[in-house]
Amino acid sequence: MLKLELRPQASHVWRYGSPLLALLITVALGIGLFVLLGKDPVRGLQMFFWEPLRSAYALGELMVKATPLLVIALGLAVCFRSNVWNIGAEGQFVIGAVAAGGVALLADKETGRWIVVAVVLAGVAGGMFWAAITAWLKDKFHANEILVSLMLVYVADMVLGYLVYGPWKDPAGYNFPQTKSFEAVTQIPRLMSGSRVSVGLILALIGVAAVWVFLFRTRSGFAQQVGGLAPSAARYAGFSSRKALWLALLTSGGAAGLAGALEVAGPIGQLTPYIPSGYGFAAIIVAYVGRLHPVGIVFSAVLMSMFYIGGELAQSRMGLPKSITGVFQGLLLFSLLACDTLVAYRLRWQSGRA
Amino acid sequence: MRHIGGIPIALAEREGLMESYALLIAATLNAGTVLAIAALGLLINEKVGVVNLGAEGMMLCAAIAGFAAVVHTGSDIAGFLAGMGAGALLGAVFGVMVIYLGTNQYATGLALSLFGAGFSAFVGISYVQEKLPPRPQFEIPFLADIPLVGSAFFKQHPLVYGVIAFVMALIWFLYKTRSGLVLRSVGESPESAHALGYSVRRIRFLAVMVGGALCGLSGAYISVVYTPLWVEGMVAGKGWIALALTTFATWRPARILLGAYLFGGVTMLQFHLQGLGVQVPSQLLSALPYLATIVVLALISRNPAWIRVNMPASLGKPFHPSS
Repeated sequence: MLKLELRPQASHVWRYGSPLLALLITVALGIGLFVLLGKDPVRGLQMFFWEPLRSAYALGELMVKATPLLVIALGLAVCFRSNVWNIGAEGQFVIGAVAAGGVALLADKETGRWIVVAVVLAGVAGGMFWAAITAWLKDKFHANEILVSLMLVYVADMVLGYLVYGPWKDPAGYNFPQTKSFEAVTQIPRLMSGSRVSVGLILALIGVAAVWVFLFRTRSGFAQQVGGLAPSAARYAGFSSRKALWLALLTSGGAAGLAGALEVAGPIGQLTPYIPSGYGFAAIIVAYVGRLHPVGIVFSAVLMSMFYIGGELAQSRMGLPKSITGVFQGLLLFSLLACDTLVAYRLRWQSGRA
Repeated sequence: MRHIGGIPIALAEREGLMESYALLIAATLNAGTVLAIAALGLLINEKVGVVNLGAEGMMLCAAIAGFAAVVHTGSDIAGFLAGMGAGALLGAVFGVMVIYLGTNQYATGLALSLFGAGFSAFVGISYVQEKLPPRPQFEIPFLADIPLVGSAFFKQHPLVYGVIAFVMALIWFLYKTRSGLVLRSVGESPESAHALGYSVRRIRFLAVMVGGALCGLSGAYISVVYTPLWVEGMVAGKGWIALALTTFATWRPARILLGAYLFGGVTMLQFHLQGLGVQVPSQLLSALPYLATIVVLALISRNPAWIRVNMPASLGKPFHPSS
């Protein structure tokens, strides 16, 4: 029978091979799913892996969706490397969007372009604040950050709901639960005309470099990771675990809030109950598939963005439910975790009883 | 004194109010049952040292499986079995990964929750408009006729009483039988259990499947009894609240039941307060169960030593027999 044997050293080949193998497995399962549903699997795969790359416009849309995923996942990479389990990025994203939207609503016809900076900063602050609740409860009361951050996702949705159904509802909006459309002056500047790609993409790429430098070239980033891998070693070295906790949560919260601001003052342009898009959860998968490495995350964010666009195309052109995206996302993470076994173990064929 | 139909108005109003409290109690027991079934399943997982963050995903898949089974067969029993089957199957997938492949329990559970949310939405899309056959009413003969007490306690779905019996059986099993001792020892000290010749991984795997089946039963109860319909994401965090309940109960079955009723009460309070015309934004009331979970978690976790004493010692840690 097959037996797992612990490798003397983690395999480098499989560290990078595992996400690729996981993608192959997901594609294979996807083909099976298409066949099972009586749909042409070739056409199905086209929707996910070819259509999103086919034209300059499609590539632009790919970047529009990849940007928030990239931004959130970068923050989560720092967080997860510190062994802090913030799974409430979705809530931090929503509160970031709410804070950014609140500032954007203050703008009027005379407001200057500087308001964009305020909108973005408000988003970051909103996300940080929401994550700080989790950090505070963990620091002060040892409350489990997984459950608290997740519960706060639901609370964040209620906050958004209260505002758009209540005080912030557009009086001229035919009673729809949404704010008025933000003034054009609050719009995140676009990189070029004819595409929805915004400055957010540049910010995200700066973020990639910043996270890389922080993790691999600063003492603080090193302390963060030692605390995650070997808490007792970190204590011995005098690294503060409380500081690591706060830094991890504020970084990931701020990143998620930034993504919320970029979305709400970018493609969306107003607050609606549909702001919670699941990006905060998908970004967890992005972070893992990208090996919690800033450069890896760029690739996995693009891949996940393809899943989103593919899902929308599969809905409009093949009559499949859009939620197929969620199925593929989940399958990808499952496969990745299973394949990661090969990093630490090798498979051995063993005859007879184990 | 003014009268309606011979009864003084003041008394009639009080009767109405009392009756509404009786209904609140009934609804609380019902909501608590959902949480209790899932949390007891997760307790069995955690007693052998496995944390399954996939509860929400398993419950969602079980909710659609149970709902679909009732739509097609017309039998609630078939619905519960389908839900348990779906939960056990997903529990088995999770179990193979964390127990035999040694994957990270938190990440794998999270994967299960994300997958379950996507998959149930995907499968469930054709069931959104479906309706179940008329829901049976249950009442215990004679007892149900007692004023107030009858409608508070004796007009419930059989599972509401079933879960109480199950808790008693579980207490007996865990603390009074040899198998229960073995099960707990696997969670407290897998090395010792292994040295004594017990297969730690097989026991963990079985416990994870049973836990999955119970989460599945809870999911099916939601879509078949509690709110008999299918909507995407209808479990609405109950899986995560059930996870919090195991900590809240410091891993004791009886306290899980109490905690579940407490949270069931918080969930129902929102409707009751709305009914009484309390002027609070509805979103604040809807957020109550989640806020209550956070507050309770913070209070119960305040003393880490207390948690450490009560928590199964190997919780979250993988076990590889050769190491």
